[in-house]
Amino acid sequence: MELAGLLSYLVFFLTMAGIYGILALGLNVQWGYTGQINIGVAAFFAVGAYTSAILTTAPSPDHLGGFGLPFLIGILGGMLIAGLLALIVGLITQNLRTDYLAIASIGIAEIVRLFLKNEGWLTNGVRGIPSIPKPLSGLLDNGDALLYLLIILAFVALIYLGMQRLFHSPWVRVLRAIRANEEAVHAAGKNVLRFRVEAFVVGSMIMGIGGALYAHFTTFISPGAFDPMFGTFLVWVMLIAGGSGNNRGALLGAVVIWAVWSGTEMFTSQLPEAFVTRASALRIFLIGLLLEIILITRPQGLLPEKPPKLRHGDEDQASS
Amino acid sequence: MPEILQIVVYGIVLGCIISLGAIGVSLIFGILRFAHFAHGDLMTVGAYFALFGVAVIGLPMPIVFPLAMIACALVAAGIDRILYRPLRRASPIIMLISSVGTALMLRSLVQILWGPDNKIYQAGIELPISLLGLKIKPTQVTIVLGALALVVLLHLFLHRTKMGKAMRALSDNMDLARISGINTERVIFWTWVIAAMLAAAGGIFLGMDTRLNPIMGWRILLPVFAAAILGGIGSFYGAIVGGLVIGIVQELSTLFLSPAYKPAVAFAIMVVMLIVRPRGIFGGKE
Amino acid sequence: MSLLLVENITGGYGGTDILHGVSLQVEPGEIVSIIGPNGAGKSTAMKAVFGLIAIRKGMVKFKNQVITGLRPDLVVRRGICYVPQEHNVFPSLTVQENLEMGAFVRNDDISGEIGQVFELFPPLKDKRKVPAGNLSGGQRQMVAMGRALMLKPELLLLDEPSAGLSPLFIDLIFERVQEINNLGVGILMVEQNAKQALTFSHRGYILVMGCNRYEDTAENLLANQEVAEMFLGG
Repeated sequence: MELAGLLSYLVFFLTMAGIYGILALGLNVQWGYTGQINIGVAAFFAVGAYTSAILTTAPSPDHLGGFGLPFLIGILGGMLIAGLLALIVGLITQNLRTDYLAIASIGIAEIVRLFLKNEGWLTNGVRGIPSIPKPLSGLLDNGDALLYLLIILAFVALIYLGMQRLFHSPWVRVLRAIRANEEAVHAAGKNVLRFRVEAFVVGSMIMGIGGALYAHFTTFISPGAFDPMFGTFLVWVMLIAGGSGNNRGALLGAVVIWAVWSGTEMFTSQLPEAFVTRASALRIFLIGLLLEIILITRPQGLLPEKPPKLRHGDEDQASS
Repeated sequence: MPEILQIVVYGIVLGCIISLGAIGVSLIFGILRFAHFAHGDLMTVGAYFALFGVAVIGLPMPIVFPLAMIACALVAAGIDRILYRPLRRASPIIMLISSVGTALMLRSLVQILWGPDNKIYQAGIELPISLLGLKIKPTQVTIVLGALALVVLLHLFLHRTKMGKAMRALSDNMDLARISGINTERVIFWTWVIAAMLAAAGGIFLGMDTRLNPIMGWRILLPVFAAAILGGIGSFYGAIVGGLVIGIVQELSTLFLSPAYKPAVAFAIMVVMLIVRPRGIFGGKE
Repeated sequence: MSLLLVENITGGYGGTDILHGVSLQVEPGEIVSIIGPNGAGKSTAMKAVFGLIAIRKGMVKFKNQVITGLRPDLVVRRGICYVPQEHNVFPSLTVQENLEMGAFVRNDDISGEIGQVFELFPPLKDKRKVPAGNLSGGQRQMVAMGRALMLKPELLLLDEPSAGLSPLFIDLIFERVQEINNLGVGILMVEQNAKQALTFSHRGYILVMGCNRYEDTAENLLANQEVAEMFLGG
């Protein structure tokens, strides 16, 4: 493989890893910080992507659009709508055990999927939304991909730093305490539920950002791109592999698992046509197997989390 | 009016299939206290074991049916032994995540072996027969009667056999069961066997009624969970009622909603239940 | 040879020790009570004997065989049965089924033992088919004890059998305990109702903060002025 090809693959690789890293960071707020299982990541991912696409694309008879808003507004929109969806889900399930949230989240994922597929007036159904504008395109000759990678990395850095700040804030200390011992925090009279909903919403908003960034990267989205395998399960394996509760772990997991996933694809794409679908199923099998092995042998992931200590007065500071 | 009754009939057929899955989910939740996300794919596995028997070995379905149930039971027992048992001391949440991974593996294994395309047990179109003025396919009659028979057998098992009573005891209070000297691992083994056998039956019925494909079980997981929650998770009878209700309401919803949104109906019912009465109709386990 | 010999056991939940070198014994045919203030470790000691709590140091011997750290379902097979204080019946199972579960490890005919339980606890006779969760507190306690008797244990561990019962029932339960003892079953009992428990016991141990404090015949303990003031409510 010649150098230019290798470099361009690397840029592609890092861009996708970055997007997945953002999704993993979002999931980390939900699972890592508050132990909430969201098996509907794909829903928020998709909602972010579609919102941004609708807001930024040119007018089209096939789908809602024509607002032609700038890239950043698209990202913002994606984030907010994802957050709104999360707020609804979170409020409905706030009093329930995590099992129920997990089940509800697959329900949400299913509804979003059906909605995107069937409400053609909005989304153009399975045919998808094409020609999503790429920011800064044309600025550099042949540099589009690289520029976009830089944009992604900027977002990753921003979100990571934001999450790190948050991680050491009183708000998150309370969240982690909730995850460790909900009754104790409850007994302290703190509004556990409110914190959990907030965490769920923040995490989903980050996923929405990831979705929006994805849309502008691929410039074409359709419901199939947000299949649970790519939109949800892969993110979970990334977070578990990297280390839950841990932002660095989330990013590391994203890179590692994306490498495994792409690596196996390079391998199977060499196979003859007849084996391709079976091979992709094999890759999924291996990812599932990897998850099981990690859960049994090293559930804390590559980078075990270092819990921050809950200090007196945290709860009061957090709710102010 | 006959049109509505007709739809209700289809709903009952679908409801029987959902119930068979929901009973298993409830049994597992009652004893191991976690939501088994691989249950739908267990149904898929059962359906495909039957396909193997019918299409590859060439045996008739009545013989293949129980064999597929047993094969599926062995798979489930194996999964529990290898994947879930080591995690039992961890929280039920970790077991839930593990079951998501298991679901992936089962589904993709089926796809590797059989490919992604739809398959059927038997070629040809089945003509519906007329029963009490309503149309119903012979297969569907088999499904309803078969589900009924399985439910009755399960009831007898739970109330007339020592192991069945032990399962109910564990579901009530696992610690007390241990203290009484009950071999909890053996009871857990039998729980998986029963749950998987019912799941396999449900999967085969689903394949008979519609068609087989690798994601058939994952698709029905949401209605299965909804049924279990509706009836009261952990409650055997609740799962039956829940399944029938979900099935019937899902079918009736086609009167005013696009059929594409049927799964959303199950979800909506579940959400309403969770808000209004989370413990379900029959007040399941906490 | 003592029926039960507990030598200097130290242990507790997780990392913290609740028991600090507790010793006691039960001779065949005895009723022995463990009393003491709240948090003394009485229930903990009993759970440690039964294998529910890790013992870091010390030894437990049953009929001269070491059973320290043996799993509960194996301890049961040696001849010791345990009745916990709370959640001691299977609520959705009938009285009859609760008893059957008690005899799970047996494969022989248990009708004799079932009959015996109903002889000991006549109020349960017409409640055979009633789910245990629907019974009153006193009746549930009877079912709990009956369940433990199904394996014909040589030693019965009772954790606060009188807890939450009305005074009438408390007397009844202690009388039943005596009946069971008359059948040849050794009894080790943890009790909050110290005075009454001692009245029905042969010997007693007083634990305070996980340590032995007093040990004597029940008679002597009851007659002891100091003990009466501190532990028996004057």
